[in-house]
Amino acid sequence: MAETVLTNPGQSPARLEGWRGIAADWASDQRAFKNVSWGKAMMWIFLLSDTFIFSCFLLSYMTARMSTTVPWPNPSEVFALDIGGNHMPLILIAIMTFVLISSSGTMAMAVNFGYRRDRVRTAILMLVTAAFGATFVGMQAFEWTKLIMEGVRPWGNPWGAPQFGASFFMITGFHGTHVTFGVIFLIAIARKVFRGDFDVERRGFFTSRRGNYEIVEITGLYWHFVDLVWVFIFAFFYLW
Amino acid sequence: MVDVPYEGIPGIPPAEVPDVELYHPRSWWTRYVFSQDAKVIAIQYSLTATAIGLVALVLSWLMRLQLGFPGTFSFIDANQYLQFITMHGMIMVIYLLTALFLGGFGNYLIPLMVGARDMVFPYVNMLSYWIYLLAVLVLASTFFVPGGPTGAGWTLYPPQAILSGTPGQDWGILLMLASLILFIIGFTMGGLNYVVTVLQARTRGMTLMRLPLTVWGIFTATVMALLAFPALFVASVMLLFDRLLGTSFFMPALLEMGTLSKHGGGSPLLFQHLFWFFGHPEVYIVALPAFGIVSDLISTHARKNIFGYRMMVWAIVAIGALSFIVWAHHMYVSGMFPQFGYFFATTTLIIAIPTAIKVYNWVLTLWRGDIHLTVPMLFALGFIVTFVNGGLTGLFLGNVVVDVPLSDTMFVVAHFHMVMGVAPIMVVLGAIYHWYPKVTGRMLNEAMGKFHFWVTFLGAYLIFFPMHYLGLLGVPRRYFELLDTTFIPSSAHSLNAFISVVALIVGFSQMVFLFNLVWSLFKGEASGGNPWRATTLEWQTPETPPAHGNWGKELPVVYRWAYDYSVPGAAEDFIPQNQPPRATQLVQGAAS
Repeated sequence: MAETVLTNPGQSPARLEGWRGIAADWASDQRAFKNVSWGKAMMWIFLLSDTFIFSCFLLSYMTARMSTTVPWPNPSEVFALDIGGNHMPLILIAIMTFVLISSSGTMAMAVNFGYRRDRVRTAILMLVTAAFGATFVGMQAFEWTKLIMEGVRPWGNPWGAPQFGASFFMITGFHGTHVTFGVIFLIAIARKVFRGDFDVERRGFFTSRRGNYEIVEITGLYWHFVDLVWVFIFAFFYLW
Repeated sequence: MVDVPYEGIPGIPPAEVPDVELYHPRSWWTRYVFSQDAKVIAIQYSLTATAIGLVALVLSWLMRLQLGFPGTFSFIDANQYLQFITMHGMIMVIYLLTALFLGGFGNYLIPLMVGARDMVFPYVNMLSYWIYLLAVLVLASTFFVPGGPTGAGWTLYPPQAILSGTPGQDWGILLMLASLILFIIGFTMGGLNYVVTVLQARTRGMTLMRLPLTVWGIFTATVMALLAFPALFVASVMLLFDRLLGTSFFMPALLEMGTLSKHGGGSPLLFQHLFWFFGHPEVYIVALPAFGIVSDLISTHARKNIFGYRMMVWAIVAIGALSFIVWAHHMYVSGMFPQFGYFFATTTLIIAIPTAIKVYNWVLTLWRGDIHLTVPMLFALGFIVTFVNGGLTGLFLGNVVVDVPLSDTMFVVAHFHMVMGVAPIMVVLGAIYHWYPKVTGRMLNEAMGKFHFWVTFLGAYLIFFPMHYLGLLGVPRRYFELLDTTFIPSSAHSLNAFISVVALIVGFSQMVFLFNLVWSLFKGEASGGNPWRATTLEWQTPETPPAHGNWGKELPVVYRWAYDYSVPGAAEDFIPQNQPPRATQLVQGAAS
């Protein structure tokens, strides 16, 4: 949404203090969050809702892990790899985390160049972000394959509580789906950026609305969120 | 994007929100079927919800036939009875009430009442409806699959929900969970639209504290739904995995039909916590829009400003917030750590405070009002009575010691039907009588409306009031038949028969209402743009029914709150929100 924001210097009502001030700001005329476009507001609220989904998943997993009477498999050992004769616990997860956090960096740069209307650099950085994301999903696929080869199933595993496999596949699967959608979203937007849709304000195919570079930032919000969720999954599932 | 130019007139704030570019439909299909107009989507939502709601109504007749005259109807067996209970509850709570209040009334009223041309993202709004329709179709399909719909009860508690003793274990439960997941995805698309429209797309002068309470109710309920449905989503996904993949999130090790099941180590309580973290806010997702709408009905038809508007708003927000920390009062007998009960009983009873504020304010709005006993007003009054009644029995059930003996009796059934069945339905019906003229340009027939009200209101009392007594006697809920249980006196059986007869009469009287809807569409009296002489923006549209884009060339400007009825010294007994203050006041404003 291209929305030019006109702030009116003529109107400066007396500012209220404390909670009354906050309530007055929120309740003010026309929009609660000044200078925030509809698309960005919608993404933020969606992410709030999505936070509740991931919180419920993680809390359910923690409940299962704390209440099980069977020992929980040791994640450091389960997710260890032997590389060149060295036994390295959590090495793959560490690389995955590094890749995903790097992708947040390139995403932030893409947003920056987007606002400078630098078509080519924005598109390239978004594609690099998408490539990092795809790498992450690829490594996750490798991890899934490895565990399945070792006999981990949603209903059981060789080392202990059957909820280990169930929680693992469910949570990382749900997060991986988010990353995959993000990659698709990134590629689609990168194509539009590269084609110059936002310079000529080309209309959306379904919506007939004019796009602008802000969509890069909105995509970025989603991407950083997915990244942040991974940090929690990493902490609660792998490091616990 | 057309930027509205800055207007330096005192009293009129400058435009921050530019006029939107609407999607202009070019064919019949995009105008009426794949429409991106919130008003058309609202009607689609309402008709779909009503259609599936009628299925649930018929199911309730079948249940009442069985309860009132056990053994008489050979076409109802115990399995089917459980399936009827499950589907009746699930449809009524989620697919009818939630969809109707938020998808129906929300879509129609939010853009009109805040002075917007449409929802902020009409295309996403359209998708929301089609996914909802898909969810309804998946749900309805369970009646035709082998084994029929699930009979797990609307709460779908594991372990029994997915064990082989429960009807619908093959397909019913799978499709039910799939349908819920679809519903939540569809609802999220719509819900994001409603929230952003209220927050960011209001017209000039429309501050949050000038919003009609209808918008406040629907807005708060939508925010709650966006935070509560995730818990149901997660619970549905995990239960689906337990059934489909053989995981054990919720399934302990147990004997299933004499053999040890393949599950083990899961926690059925976890499901209950997740379910009720959704389930209790859900009660208020249904109730808050009703609170909001009924405030507007009472104020309009009593020609008096709503008493304590500011407190009404804060009460809605407070109820919404509190409802997230009371969920375990549904679980006093579940086997959770008993001392949790103290906490949840306390929070539950605290909710009575904002709720009582609202009831007092409705009554005080009526006090010395110029009450017009129109059909919407009758339904609004009926709502206050049934809601107070249902709310008081809520105090019984909120206390642990009183709840324990009453758990799983007909008392609970009577309570929640009174408070979240009858009361919101009263508001739905009143709201339809109130806004039908805006949607169609014609009034609903008043004689049929009054007949409909009295039969529904008195009938609902005759159904659910005796049910409290049955519950106190200890008649359990969800039982197929009571037979010769010793502690249940024979009077309970005749009372059951009485309730069933009334339920059938009330059910059939709804056909009068449906007939009225269709008849008035063609033969109803022309209403004009503002038949109730109401102040809110939706009655001030240039056309009735409002055209695509709602407002003609220019968006309205709001100068006042929504409740300027019977203002002393005013020419009319109502002043629309978009009527400018008198010229003298404008001049004074300019001088200061």
